[in-house]
Amino acid sequence: MNLPVIIKFVIDLLAVLLLALGIKGLSKVKSARDANRLAAFAMSLSVVGLLSYYLGTSGIAIQSWIWIIIGSIIGSLFGAILAKKVPMTSMPETVALFNGCGGMSSLLVALGVAIFPISGGQENFDFFKSLINEVSISVSIFVGAITFTGSIVAMAKLQGWLSTPGWTQSKVRHFVNIVFAVASLIAFFDLINGNTSSIWLLVIVSSLLGIGVTLPIGGADMPVVISLLNSYSGIAAAAAGFVVDSQLLIVAGAMVGAAGLILTQVMCKGMNRSLVSVLFGGSLSAQSTASSGSGEYTNITSCSVEECALTLEAANKVIIVPGYGLAVAQAQHTLREVTKKLEQNGIEVVYAIHPVAGRMPGHMNVLLAEADVPYEQLKEMDVVNPDFPATDVVLVLGANDVVNPQAKNDSSSPLYGMPVLDVQEARTVFVIKRGMSAGYSGIKNDLFDLPNTSMVFGDAKRVLNDLIGELKDLGVGEK
Amino acid sequence: MSFISLLWVLLLGSLLGLELIGKVPPTLHTPLMSGANAISGITMLAALTLIVKAEDNVPLLIIGSVSLGFALFNVVGGFFVTDRMLAMFSRKPLNKK
Repeated sequence: MNLPVIIKFVIDLLAVLLLALGIKGLSKVKSARDANRLAAFAMSLSVVGLLSYYLGTSGIAIQSWIWIIIGSIIGSLFGAILAKKVPMTSMPETVALFNGCGGMSSLLVALGVAIFPISGGQENFDFFKSLINEVSISVSIFVGAITFTGSIVAMAKLQGWLSTPGWTQSKVRHFVNIVFAVASLIAFFDLINGNTSSIWLLVIVSSLLGIGVTLPIGGADMPVVISLLNSYSGIAAAAAGFVVDSQLLIVAGAMVGAAGLILTQVMCKGMNRSLVSVLFGGSLSAQSTASSGSGEYTNITSCSVEECALTLEAANKVIIVPGYGLAVAQAQHTLREVTKKLEQNGIEVVYAIHPVAGRMPGHMNVLLAEADVPYEQLKEMDVVNPDFPATDVVLVLGANDVVNPQAKNDSSSPLYGMPVLDVQEARTVFVIKRGMSAGYSGIKNDLFDLPNTSMVFGDAKRVLNDLIGELKDLGVGEK
Repeated sequence: MSFISLLWVLLLGSLLGLELIGKVPPTLHTPLMSGANAISGITMLAALTLIVKAEDNVPLLIIGSVSLGFALFNVVGGFFVTDRMLAMFSRKPLNKK
């Protein structure tokens, strides 16, 4: 072992250690921000380690430097700009986009190595000589392509650029996807047999498979899919690690792959969906229209903002149930103003956060933190559920499926068994909503029909603004 | 490194990943996902290797460069956006009253 090898070995080891500490630290609120920076530092360190290794051994040619700089500047610049500009509400699609690009990167590396077996007699670089290299190249391309097209489709669907085509809800899609999967397998074996050109077939069919698998999945399940794809991008990175013979890539990729799987599991649990039904069951609304669960509302009470303000003024304890609709209306800051007024009047205000409120676990916490809501006022479902019977007023803002009592009472409902917030136990429930449309699941919400529920129709932000005005007229929150 | 030892690396890395994020409060799931996602851009190292090894093979240099761009887009964007999210948690005022 010569010096550059030893230096790289030490730096790699240090980078792995710091990455592990980074991921660990990300799991605690206090240390999360530093941990994220630590991980970023570890990544930079790994680049320094790799470059110094090549400088110390083979050297880096000038044209290599040029292409390194071009790629780095363009990639980093776009990444930084997007990260700075994107609104917090679009976090799921942003993560999907970043994720897809990671998959694309692994795909391109494997593709490059496959098309141009690198010459130069480097010790570890006789590609296509062993089965293992061909397998790792295939896996890297296969997983990378699925990650890329799957993430792009997920992003497009979340942005509303793509809807769910009707045929994808029929059994046809299984047939189509099986054809793609079998074709990938054929391409894979052809590749191992030495037919290099079938790599293109592999690229095409695995890309199509990524689209075919993601397209049928409904909006409600999309976070699960993004999390799963996040796991895939780790696997793709690990596979690329086998391709270029890098332990660091394999460790980091494996860690991300494992982390993504755990997170996926957590999300499935929160939504009472199994991973299998998410991936192969189609969208939830398609199931519910087939079942008898849907129906007409019979007993809707709607009320004015003024009534709502009067009830709030008389309350002792108020629980807010925020949902994605709140974020879409960008009303979290307005909501904070309302709750400030109530607090000034001595009313106890708590936010009930369902595990999948928003679009991803923890998404709502981020959005409320953005509006300066004190962390201590955010209560998780299990903590807050026993409090509802002793609560005077519940304000449901843009949440729907997570407050549907069907999940508890109606065993024929597709939602049955999903953990929900027991808002109907409170004395009065106000649901602020634009119209009677169903939630992500497409299922009727029995809560709206209950006698203690009143609907306040309107855009969340506008209603909250009106509410501030009404509360002011009542003298709430003025010293 | 031999294939077998690389497999060991894969196995231990996976176990480490499972162990590390075993217990995370739901609040942090989104930032964690985004942070882990940034780390998956570690393929930038593979892209760098490709560029260095490409010598004067221009198509390969371009493929490597594009791959590096995609990876850094993921890494830089991912870490920045995670930092933005986490910054919101840390600036919360502790004095409630």
